[in-house]
Amino acid sequence: MDLRELYQELILDHNRNPRNRRHLEKASRSAMGYNPLCGDKVTIELMLDEQGTIVDIAFDGTGCAISTASASLMTEAVKGKTPDEVRAIYDTFHGEVTEKPVQGERKVELGKLVAIIGVRKYPARVKCATLAWHTLNAALDQAGETVTTE
Amino acid sequence: MSRVPTALSDASPTSQFEVKRIRGDFPILNTTVNGKPLVYLDNAATSQKPAVVIDTIKSYYESSNANIHRGVHHLSVKATEAYERARATMQRFLGAARPEELVFVRGTTEAINLVAQTWVRANVEQGDEIIISHLEHHSNIVPWQLLCEQTGAVLKIAPINDAGELMLDDYEKLLNEKTKFVSMAHVSNALGTINPVRQIVDLAHACGAKIMLDGAQAAPHLAINVRDLDCDFYTVTGHKMFAPTGIGILFGKHDLLEEMPPYQGGGEMILSVTFEKTVYNKVPHKFEAGTPHIAGAIGLGAAAQYISAIGLDSIASHEHDLLAYGTEKLQEIPGLTLIGTAGNKAAIMSFTLEGVHPHDVGTILDLEGIAVRTGHHCAQPTMERFGITATTRASLALYNTKQDIDALVMGVRKVIEVFG
Repeated sequence: MDLRELYQELILDHNRNPRNRRHLEKASRSAMGYNPLCGDKVTIELMLDEQGTIVDIAFDGTGCAISTASASLMTEAVKGKTPDEVRAIYDTFHGEVTEKPVQGERKVELGKLVAIIGVRKYPARVKCATLAWHTLNAALDQAGETVTTE
Repeated sequence: MSRVPTALSDASPTSQFEVKRIRGDFPILNTTVNGKPLVYLDNAATSQKPAVVIDTIKSYYESSNANIHRGVHHLSVKATEAYERARATMQRFLGAARPEELVFVRGTTEAINLVAQTWVRANVEQGDEIIISHLEHHSNIVPWQLLCEQTGAVLKIAPINDAGELMLDDYEKLLNEKTKFVSMAHVSNALGTINPVRQIVDLAHACGAKIMLDGAQAAPHLAINVRDLDCDFYTVTGHKMFAPTGIGILFGKHDLLEEMPPYQGGGEMILSVTFEKTVYNKVPHKFEAGTPHIAGAIGLGAAAQYISAIGLDSIASHEHDLLAYGTEKLQEIPGLTLIGTAGNKAAIMSFTLEGVHPHDVGTILDLEGIAVRTGHHCAQPTMERFGITATTRASLALYNTKQDIDALVMGVRKVIEVFG
């Protein structure tokens, strides 16, 4: 296993310069996620329109390069997407990293998210990659509890 | 397949030879990880096993396996003798006065829970105080939190300084007539600090409290003598001292074990059972309910003998040299901060690397075949004390070498290169 498969330039870039890492004034939804095994924390804030489309999204938190890059790439991938589109991206992404790929029509293009899929060869790190996504789901569902990876 | 020219590692011929021979005793040290030779630096999490321990267990199952203590047949007698011989070996290993003072348990976590729920529970009341320190493993925190919930006792925390050393004066100030029990680590798993246990015990006794020492990280690295220490309870765990998982020892002073109520009830810990009255077995069997991990106990005895044959003094000296070398080399790395810089330390090096999360350090080291641990090391309060959530931890044992340290250092420099 080559470490460049996991730590690709795109990931290192998004770790060094995360996109959408800020506080979202007037967020309509937010959620917190936490990985108790390593202390990775992430907060996702959303602004949705009446149809539930993600008009704006921001994140904050502390964590490893994989979790930070994943959160950053995620915000780019879902901004401007409808709830169905977000769901489709999440299902496809989650399917790839957990090695249970989604089939047929439900599968969508992942664009830059493909860079993170290398994490599936490192089972101990999959939770780092999915933390932001689980937190996003919690924000969309507005469950109200802090999401944890356990 | 050497990583660095041997000129960089200047161990003397005698110790070089000894380490090579010792490494040869451990089959797993020959394996490769991700195409690289294994560099095992996670001994504080668990230790590797020498062939003699593996063979002892195999041989037990091949030729002596039977249930112990009550069978009249030949195998049962053999198994019982081997089990009790292991107890006697551990008695010598810990310097206890009599074998009855050694209870076989699952590990140090079980030992601490046992003492909390027996002696301490029977002897504390609402408002009494229990002292632990700020560098404890969760297994020496949570049992006391549970106990305090049950009894209304209060948990007090003896503080540590920025080097990770126990502040003895502050500990002394915490002790008062309400203090009934003190429980402290002999060696910190997260920081490597070796506590001044003799003084800690004396101070506890001076104010009438009993004391337990958690020796999980001490047993493979330094000589323990429970009579010298005069501690009331001491615990070690097999899997950290080259023995199997699922076995450990609780030492308790005989009169305390006698007066303590049982922990788990069941077979073996009784002399007789009727529905009207059950009579408990004598110590230590009173605390060994059910069929124990017989093979584990025998393996533990073999591991203790293996360690004693090499000698804890020369093990400590070898590890001390590695610690000094490793500390020096790691401190040369820009952006690296050692966490846990006590004057008296075991060979554990915890560190943070600026701009890189321990998880990422650990994964890149793993790709080089290097096993370290990253995270909070089951010591979240300790991490919090230093304002961090996690460190990367390299922890050494008798089979580690300067080449292992060199590999670690090269690996960390590679991490910096990747994240540059």
